[in-house]
Amino acid sequence: MNERKSFFAPVKAWKYLLKKPVTIKKEDVFDNPREASDQYRGFHQNDWDKCIGCGTCASICPTNAISMVEIASLKIEDGKKNERPALDYGRCSFCALCVDICVSDSLKMTKEYVHLSKDIDSFYFIPDINGIHNTQEKQGYVRDETSELLDLERVKMAHEDVSRKNSFIEIVKGYSMEMALAESARCVECGICTATCPAHMNIPEYIRSIYENDLKGAVTHLYKTNPLSNVCGRICTHLCEGACSLAVRGEAISIRWLKRYIVDNTPIEDYEEAVLSFVTEPVNGKVGIVGSGPSGLSAAYYLRTLGYEVDVYEKRAIPGGVISYGGPEYRLPEASVQKDIGMIKKTGVNFITNTKVGTDITLEQLKEKYDAVFLGIGFSLSRPLNIPGSDHKNVEYAIPLLAETRDYLRGSSKMPDVHEKVVVIGGGNVAFDVARTLLRLQIEKYGKVNVAMASLENRDILPADLEELEEGEEEGIIGSFGYGPEEIVVENNKIVGLKVNKVISIFDEDKRFNPKYDKTDSYVIEATQVYISTGQMPEYDMITDDMKEKMEIVRGKIITGEYGQVENLPWLFAGGDIVRGPDIINGVANGHDSAYGIDLYLQSKNK
Amino acid sequence: MKEVKLFLGPQHPGMHGNYSVQMYVDGDIVKKARPTPGFLHRGFEKLMERRLWMGNLALIPRICVVEPDINEMVYAQGIEMLAKVEIPEKAHWIRMMILEMARLAIHIMGLGGIGGPTGLYTLTYWAIAQRDLILDLFEEITGARVYHMYIVPGGVRKQLPDGILEKLSELLDELEVKIPEYRELGLKHPIIHKRLKDNIMLPEDVVWEVGITGIGMRSATNKEYDLRKVQPYARYDQVEFDVPVANYSDALTRVNIKYKEIFQSIRILRQVIEKMPKEGEVRTKISTGSALRWKVPAGMVYSAIESSRGEYGYFIVSDGKEMPYRIAVRGASYPQGLLGIEKYLVDCRIDDASLWMDTMGVCSPEIDR
Ligand code: SF4
Ligand code: SF4
Ligand code: SF4
Repeated sequence: MNERKSFFAPVKAWKYLLKKPVTIKKEDVFDNPREASDQYRGFHQNDWDKCIGCGTCASICPTNAISMVEIASLKIEDGKKNERPALDYGRCSFCALCVDICVSDSLKMTKEYVHLSKDIDSFYFIPDINGIHNTQEKQGYVRDETSELLDLERVKMAHEDVSRKNSFIEIVKGYSMEMALAESARCVECGICTATCPAHMNIPEYIRSIYENDLKGAVTHLYKTNPLSNVCGRICTHLCEGACSLAVRGEAISIRWLKRYIVDNTPIEDYEEAVLSFVTEPVNGKVGIVGSGPSGLSAAYYLRTLGYEVDVYEKRAIPGGVISYGGPEYRLPEASVQKDIGMIKKTGVNFITNTKVGTDITLEQLKEKYDAVFLGIGFSLSRPLNIPGSDHKNVEYAIPLLAETRDYLRGSSKMPDVHEKVVVIGGGNVAFDVARTLLRLQIEKYGKVNVAMASLENRDILPADLEELEEGEEEGIIGSFGYGPEEIVVENNKIVGLKVNKVISIFDEDKRFNPKYDKTDSYVIEATQVYISTGQMPEYDMITDDMKEKMEIVRGKIITGEYGQVENLPWLFAGGDIVRGPDIINGVANGHDSAYGIDLYLQSKNK
Repeated sequence: MKEVKLFLGPQHPGMHGNYSVQMYVDGDIVKKARPTPGFLHRGFEKLMERRLWMGNLALIPRICVVEPDINEMVYAQGIEMLAKVEIPEKAHWIRMMILEMARLAIHIMGLGGIGGPTGLYTLTYWAIAQRDLILDLFEEITGARVYHMYIVPGGVRKQLPDGILEKLSELLDELEVKIPEYRELGLKHPIIHKRLKDNIMLPEDVVWEVGITGIGMRSATNKEYDLRKVQPYARYDQVEFDVPVANYSDALTRVNIKYKEIFQSIRILRQVIEKMPKEGEVRTKISTGSALRWKVPAGMVYSAIESSRGEYGYFIVSDGKEMPYRIAVRGASYPQGLLGIEKYLVDCRIDDASLWMDTMGVCSPEIDR
């Protein structure tokens, strides 16, 4: 087994006396250091133009070497924080996990591996593109597909197939538990979405609750800022997703669908307990709320949780405003709406329906009756369109149709009078709601679809969501996008169609709305009924001239202070569409803020 | 004569890491030996319970400084067993390549290491220089020389850089020429023979008594017990290699076996170069989501591989969360480095204590953890 010993064998090593040593000379270590390999994990560099300050690098760092530092000179924008990672090389283990997980690919490593200094603080530094010793070109380790630590693809949501158009069945099927867990595991908990969400919802917190399968905790997080989570989990404009860190290189987290998963899957007892847990002891103070749309409901809930007595006035039979009478059933099922409203009722909010403020009771009377009044009346009127023929009796508007349809589906009204051939003017989400509602009614009534749409905006700049366009066309809508209406053609007192012209431009040089047409490209869309969906506006009939004089209304919107208080009318607060324009989540946010404002106001009054 | 208490380590050139043995000597004969671990106790097992499944990768290579890759391998393998994921074929081959390169590096260093306690420093210098050439390749493949963090749960972290197999092949050519010179200088050296032959014995019954594996066991028992053979992982079942054994374990035999194993590693690496799939993925996901939220299914598993010092294993318990519930490390040198010293260093000469460490294969950080 073993070698025999030999006296002479070792002598062979003497030949190395004549060879060059392999050791690197001392001078070379500093003056001419050996270049590290191409993937070397040396000191970091960070491209500030790309970095969004999300802090994901800091979250993964196993040695806590990274801290996020606020950089005052950086702007805070949607999807960006004004922070940048600072490295503590007394801790860093050069593992490069931070590089592999960087959401923007801004963080890389260099081949630089020597840093000698008597200044201890120089081992703590905030890398930018130049790295520690101006080593921008000496790029070393970078992330690639194999070393990726993010999950960039969202869990696909299942949708009903096109046969959905035969009824008002909800299109989006919702996540299963398995899907929701997988989707929630993608979140890096950076909180960038929270800043963008108008209601600043605790998004990373409730996503973590899903991930931990703690649905009750998730509901608690939801209700901290949004008592309309059933609604928002379905039809929110989800601005947050546009800001999500994951969207920089991949697909944003499905924040909206995760919210819906929570509300749809939490056992009702847990749900109720979470919602009611916020309600505190009664306090002195009565607040009247005009309008039971999103902002009114939100204000009502938060005021109730603060202990105030709250009465909500609603002109229609059912509370909810746009959520009960606007959004179509296939997007926003009745049960979800009623769940949100029902919970708010359970907290002890008092609803006074079929009572229109301005007619049945005046704002003045409310002022007397209550310590403060919140105005959340929404944009309840359709904006009229004045083109030849638009005064014909078969010209209809979006809001009444959507409201009537909801009532029809509730069984409290007859079917809206829909013709066999209709055309919808408008290119926003509401126009699609109208068109897709019409086609469902047509199928029910005539067994076939004939719905056309015309909008000034062409496909590329259509204000509606892409999803609406795709699904709408799949269901059979024929769109003339980029064709503006010239006149509603009436023959023998009957509408025969809508004449449209190709749009060359919508705005003039001064960016004013002033569409230009190419009259040579013009045709008539055949239809006997025209629906107009070109915007909504508020109805301020309850506000007396005296009050109007005191408040400031700019382009239909009321100007308020930070917490919804109307200047010069301290008892009056306003929110929702009439303050921020139509978007449900804006309303929710305003309602929340106004509740806070009203609380401050009443506390100061009671002193 | 009065007994004298001497400290070998934690600061001693003949000691392997910050480890200490208190020796009670009579003349130059050890009468009683007390290993004193703890100088290197960094609480790895506890730290692992507080780190993400992926984050632990930055930690575990440090359990054994000179052969870090085994930690990555047992860890990754254990997680894959729990998560029931099959990793891509190419990743298996790359892992085997990394592990054998690591084995080469530590065996060469171990071989050169006997130069220290025997006074034949040339051997040590050679070994360090040769090991550096292997580290150069590691640097190119993994981005770091010592702590590679390259074998990850689900495969390996990156594709191999272009041309690396050719470079490895050239290095093997060089080693095949160079390593036999160690034999000329070292293994045939009369002084080495004087120091190692029939000295520092490891009897077979001690192997069974304290649970020594690796070269220790193979040199004393004639058993070809090598996990690469008896419980193949990676693609060790698809390469040919021998497991050198003996039934007389003096220090010289153990060094000789180490020398032979170097050539077996070279043999394996040559086959890896030839047989490794040229194309294909090298990593799969072990869990959905971002690495911040990877979960490993609840369960427990013992994952073991053959290190240069014997069976090296992790007992991993997961409760299905983002961090391990418990990980216990079976350091390969635990039996010989702790129990062995206490019981069997007795009657050795003082100057042989370092050779015990060296030829038994003792790595103090893995004992302390
Ligand atoms: S390289 Fe590793 S240890 Fe260093 S800052 Fe990045 S994640 Fe932290
Ligand atoms: S993960 Fe990337 S983008 Fe986010 S803060 Fe760190 S360096 Fe910037
Ligand atoms: S949802 Fe997106 S933006 Fe929000 S915390 Fe998670 S990863 Fe960050």
